[in-house]
Amino acid sequence: MTQFISLFTTAVSFGTVIMFGAMGEILTEKSGQLNLGVPGIMYLGGIAGLIGAFLYELNNPAANGTVGMLIALGCALAAAALGGLIYAFLTITLRANQNVTGLTLTIFGSGLANFFGGSLNKMAGGVGQISVALTSRVFCKTLTITEPLGAVHKLFFNFGYMTYLAIALAILLSWVLNRTSVGLNLRAVGENPATADAAGINVTKYKYLSTCAGAAISGLGGLYYVMDYINGTWANDGNIEALGWLAVALVIFATWKPLRAVWGAYLFGALCWLYNFIPGLNRSSQEIFKMLPYAVTIIVLITVSLRHKREDQPPQSLGLAYFREER
Amino acid sequence: MSIKREPFVRISKRDGMARWKSWLIRLIAVVVSLMINAIIIYAISGLNPLLVYKEMFEGVFGTTRRMWAWIRDMMLLLCIAVGLAPAFKMRFWNIGAEGQILVGGIGAAACMIYLGSAGLPNWLLLVIMAAASLIAGAIWGMIPAVFKAQWNTNETLFTLMMNYIAIQLTSFFIPIWEHPAGSNTVGTINSVSKAGWFSPMFGQMYGLNVLIVVLLTIAMYIYLKYSKHGYEIGVVGESENTARYAAINVKKVVIRSMTLSGAICGLAGFLAVAGADHTISTDTSGGRGFIAIIVAWLAKFNTLVMVLIAAMIVFLDKGAIAIASKFQLSNDVSNILTGVILFFILGSEFFINYKLKFGFVHKEEKAK
Repeated sequence: MTQFISLFTTAVSFGTVIMFGAMGEILTEKSGQLNLGVPGIMYLGGIAGLIGAFLYELNNPAANGTVGMLIALGCALAAAALGGLIYAFLTITLRANQNVTGLTLTIFGSGLANFFGGSLNKMAGGVGQISVALTSRVFCKTLTITEPLGAVHKLFFNFGYMTYLAIALAILLSWVLNRTSVGLNLRAVGENPATADAAGINVTKYKYLSTCAGAAISGLGGLYYVMDYINGTWANDGNIEALGWLAVALVIFATWKPLRAVWGAYLFGALCWLYNFIPGLNRSSQEIFKMLPYAVTIIVLITVSLRHKREDQPPQSLGLAYFREER
Repeated sequence: MSIKREPFVRISKRDGMARWKSWLIRLIAVVVSLMINAIIIYAISGLNPLLVYKEMFEGVFGTTRRMWAWIRDMMLLLCIAVGLAPAFKMRFWNIGAEGQILVGGIGAAACMIYLGSAGLPNWLLLVIMAAASLIAGAIWGMIPAVFKAQWNTNETLFTLMMNYIAIQLTSFFIPIWEHPAGSNTVGTINSVSKAGWFSPMFGQMYGLNVLIVVLLTIAMYIYLKYSKHGYEIGVVGESENTARYAAINVKKVVIRSMTLSGAICGLAGFLAVAGADHTISTDTSGGRGFIAIIVAWLAKFNTLVMVLIAAMIVFLDKGAIAIASKFQLSNDVSNILTGVILFFILGSEFFINYKLKFGFVHKEEKAK
């Protein structure tokens, strides 16, 4: 039982990082924009939140954790949306290739984040490790009244607030995409922008908004990782990049459905850490187990293309630039 | 329609542009991005940007050794970009170079380790290693291609996932080949016997790297431009329907070209292992597979132009690392600078492909 609880909680907190990333990417891809800059955007969100909280705690002797949390949240959203805006401007207005622009954004974002992360570690001096303990504590805060519930508490209530925010966001996103006219228009833009344009939908506006909003949501994944998962520190270990690609994989696994991304994220989390709970693995065979989430994604990708079910397909114009005067 | 609804800026596609003009636009983009970078450098370090650029230049070309390191890395990047060319010309988004390099590297390293003491002549060992890399890369490239050809499985996402399978595969072999024990690295393979290492050529350490990649670049240029295969690739890339109408077997072309693409990227793994690092790790590809995508795209699949772009990107990377160590900045500066320059070059393509017209439409023009 303790093993199960341990795997479950690891899976949930690990999964939350990629859930944010994937959710933002789902919103972006629904408008036909394939943004491979997710890892870079998550980096931007994470580092901006950290810098915001760090400067606030540094300059305020009587710093308040909640204020720090709000500052970090605001910085992360703004920086990630800005990253999305660069991508949107290049791909939508200037019609640059989406794949190449996304990859460049990943290079740029990871460079920027690791540069400033490394500098902050230096600025923090002494131990060589930056820490925004006060702010991070607010991010990690869990419910205390449910503690007497024992295992139930550990399974369902022992997480920071962003874990639940992610689920709420998934429900909201699913509702917006499937039940509102805004969502309908957005999906129309992603399926066939020319038709949407003819129907009077402002294609450029929808693409811009969904890309920037999607980037902001993806950025929260980086923030959650920095503030909750590694407790308000920074490490130049490239983990966020790996998580970002997992998020891209999760979008495929979830077949562009936010609610499926919720359990998909936890499943990915469990698959990623499964090797810790299987006895008799050596250092080498562990690595085979870490392949699981990617292997599963490939299987889903193949199955989706084999079964040809209409509701599981990627948005039809995914990855293509739209130019009204063409044809 | 009222005048108010007229857009102020109108965009139309260009029919074509003189080559010198398009290169001028790209040059302007690079210059502007260098100025932005200068501002960034000044903002984060307070150093004189001109001094920093001078240091960069010296960091890359200052000594013969550094220059050869630049050439070595450039050749490696070029090899990958050349490998991507047939896939991209076919509009097959091979994002999986990273993985194809790694499996190629695994193939080469395995031969080095298991055949290193078999007493083979070095040239034979190198040929076996190259073959192993080519085959490994070809298989890695062929898998997504088969699914794309048969069931139209999205290749961008498939090849991306294959990267991670390859990374884990590399991590799987590292503890097996670990040396010395407990280091969690493979260490320098055959450091004493130097079996499976490139031997110096024309008196240069990396002569063979240059020779292989230059030949490959020229061969690929000819293959894409003058061969029947190259023509078929071009037609499939332009329009699959046209290709079908012209009785081109699209499935066959997709699988064949992607296998070739994977094989050459695998060969890049061989170059990295036998010709540069003499070891294997998950850093053997080190993001080069992704950067090569940008190189191949910017060069518009022209392998000769790739030389220029690869040279520039590796220069930036090496230069930024040099200034980073000189001025005690972090190496990640190089990614920031590269990112900015690439953003500008990508954006500049718009002004090459499209024409902008400012101002409102006049009445008489409308009447026409």
